[in-house]
Amino acid sequence: MSADVLAVAEHRQGELRDVSREVVTAGTELAGETGGDLHVAVVGGDVETFADALTLEGVDTVHTVAYGEEFNHDVYTQAVTQLADALEPAYLVMPNSVNGLDYAPAVATRLEIPLVTDAVGLATEGDTLVGTREMYGGKVETTTEVDAEQAAVTIRGAEWEPTEAAGDATVEAFEADIDEDAIGSTVTGFEEVAGGDVDISEADLLVSIGRGIEEEENLDLIRELVEALDATLSSSRPIVDAGWLPANRQVGQSGKVVTPDVYIAIGISGAVQHVAGMKGSETIVAINTDPNAPIMDIADYAIHDDLFDVVPALIEQFS
Amino acid sequence: MKVLVPVKEVATVEDEFEIDGTTIDERYLGADLNEWDDYAIEEAVQLEEDGIVDEVVTVTIGDEETEQTIRQALAKGADRAIRVWDDTLEDVDLLDVGAKVAILEAIVEAEDPDLVLTGVQSGDDSFGATGVALAEAVGYQWGAVVNQLDLGAGDETASVHRELEGGIEELTEIDLPAVLTIQTGINEPRYASLRGIRMAQRKDLDHQTLADLGVEADAVAGDLRLTAMYEPESESDTTVFEGGADETAAALADLLREKGVAQ
Ligand SMILES: Cc1cc2nc3c(=O)[nH]c(=O)nc-3n(C[C@H](O)[C@H](O)[C@H](O)COP(=O)(O)OP(=O)(O)OC[C@H]3O[C@@H](n4cnc5c(N)ncnc54)[C@H](O)[C@@H]3O)c2cc1C
Repeated sequence: MSADVLAVAEHRQGELRDVSREVVTAGTELAGETGGDLHVAVVGGDVETFADALTLEGVDTVHTVAYGEEFNHDVYTQAVTQLADALEPAYLVMPNSVNGLDYAPAVATRLEIPLVTDAVGLATEGDTLVGTREMYGGKVETTTEVDAEQAAVTIRGAEWEPTEAAGDATVEAFEADIDEDAIGSTVTGFEEVAGGDVDISEADLLVSIGRGIEEEENLDLIRELVEALDATLSSSRPIVDAGWLPANRQVGQSGKVVTPDVYIAIGISGAVQHVAGMKGSETIVAINTDPNAPIMDIADYAIHDDLFDVVPALIEQFS
Repeated sequence: MKVLVPVKEVATVEDEFEIDGTTIDERYLGADLNEWDDYAIEEAVQLEEDGIVDEVVTVTIGDEETEQTIRQALAKGADRAIRVWDDTLEDVDLLDVGAKVAILEAIVEAEDPDLVLTGVQSGDDSFGATGVALAEAVGYQWGAVVNQLDLGAGDETASVHRELEGGIEELTEIDLPAVLTIQTGINEPRYASLRGIRMAQRKDLDHQTLADLGVEADAVAGDLRLTAMYEPESESDTTVFEGGADETAAALADLLREKGVAQ
């Protein structure tokens, strides 16, 4: 095993995704600790252009695998596993994105190495990798030690600053031996969802409601508040999953990214996938009975109280 | 066609809690069926109701107390359940992805399902990796974060939508047998009816040990060790409005006026 680190970039529809520059940062930090080199892999699409963009500070070598256009997990699994077999890196860093969820566990299993997912922090102690993770929807943080010479990790998006500074990496084409018979899934297209009447990403004031509302009929109370404030109504995912609001109202990783002047999160815990969509709001107000809810970590103002008491009182203030 | 649905009883945490070493003190913990698994069960049961699937089997790794959760799955329509547990597992404090896969792999080999539906992740440790790692271990195809599944009787491929970030879905054809990790919102999970709950009492709930499955103890020892648990430090300096609802609402109203977003 070498002391090297291998990070895997991600792209979609011709664009490198932000997390590609974040895995470079995480990889650079790890390689700094192990004293090894940082290798970056980019698989599929316009690998030449991607390789140029990935020639970033801290990167020693960019390995391009020219095979296919878009993400295919069978191709990624084969390419990354073969590259890892060739380089024998100590650590493999992949994004904890939806596509990361679709190949990283397979790579770790194929390489027979342990996997730490959704890391928000990484460090080494001697030969031991220590990952920081969250449990119980962000209520607690944990440290996890990995007892193995080689390990794979996936990193949470937006936890590491993306590396922007250019570097002088060597670009090498990696001839992966892709077994086409082993490709058992085919991507046939993409579809955009969540269009519709209102664009919540344009609103100045969002009243956003989460599972704390409990019942669909309680939405009437929130609608009353929205009207009193002349605000726009949005929500966390469970409200959309339940069919109480249409998909175009969902804020978050798989919904819309919003940046209002004020975001009022009512009965929303602040799971990472929700926060991904609203953390850019100028002022965040949280109304939640749980003073330890993760939303409190990013709230500028908070009311630790029952929404069924606070919301009627707030409506009263504006009528 | 047979579907296997691995389900998990997850720990839920009260608003106020205390940490005891590397766990949350038991007094503050509850138990529930993992949210994502609820959708996986519903999808399997609907496939059975549509005449595409003949049998829905669930499997849980958990002690005797998890039977209450398994009964929920049976009450919602699963045909039978397997629970895997023994003393070796009692002593493992972090059942990591590799350990879970070692157990589930043995179940897949014994049951030989055409389709395995897992949740995308579990609400407590949220590794989000078991389904795909299992697929690789048993040589099945797979798809992660599936929010639409189209399957006809006799189909050899599943047509799925995978939910990517930013409101984009990927349309994918996946060869069977396959493991799909199911995302919330794919369907509307039913509540267990009284009749379902009564029927669940009579359904088969088979307890298996690692020895029964031929899984070695060191296969579940895992390479990950939980070494610390703590409450995350809050980075923001949040202003907390204190007082009764009238006072806090008035303070918030002032803030909204001051910010110029409400009159
Ligand atoms: C791949 C993936 C993508 C996802 N994408 C998204 C996404 O785009 N958007 C999204 O939102 N989620 C997304 N999720 C789901 C996310 O993980 C959470 O499950 C979800 O955000 C939780 O929503 P919530 O905060 O409304 O519910 P919960 O987490 O159940 O929180 C409810 C909150 O309400 C509070 N509460 C309860 N009663 C009251 C009361 N009476 N008064 C005041 N407060 C009360 C509770 O204390 C709690 O904090 C995604 C998950 C995955 C795996």
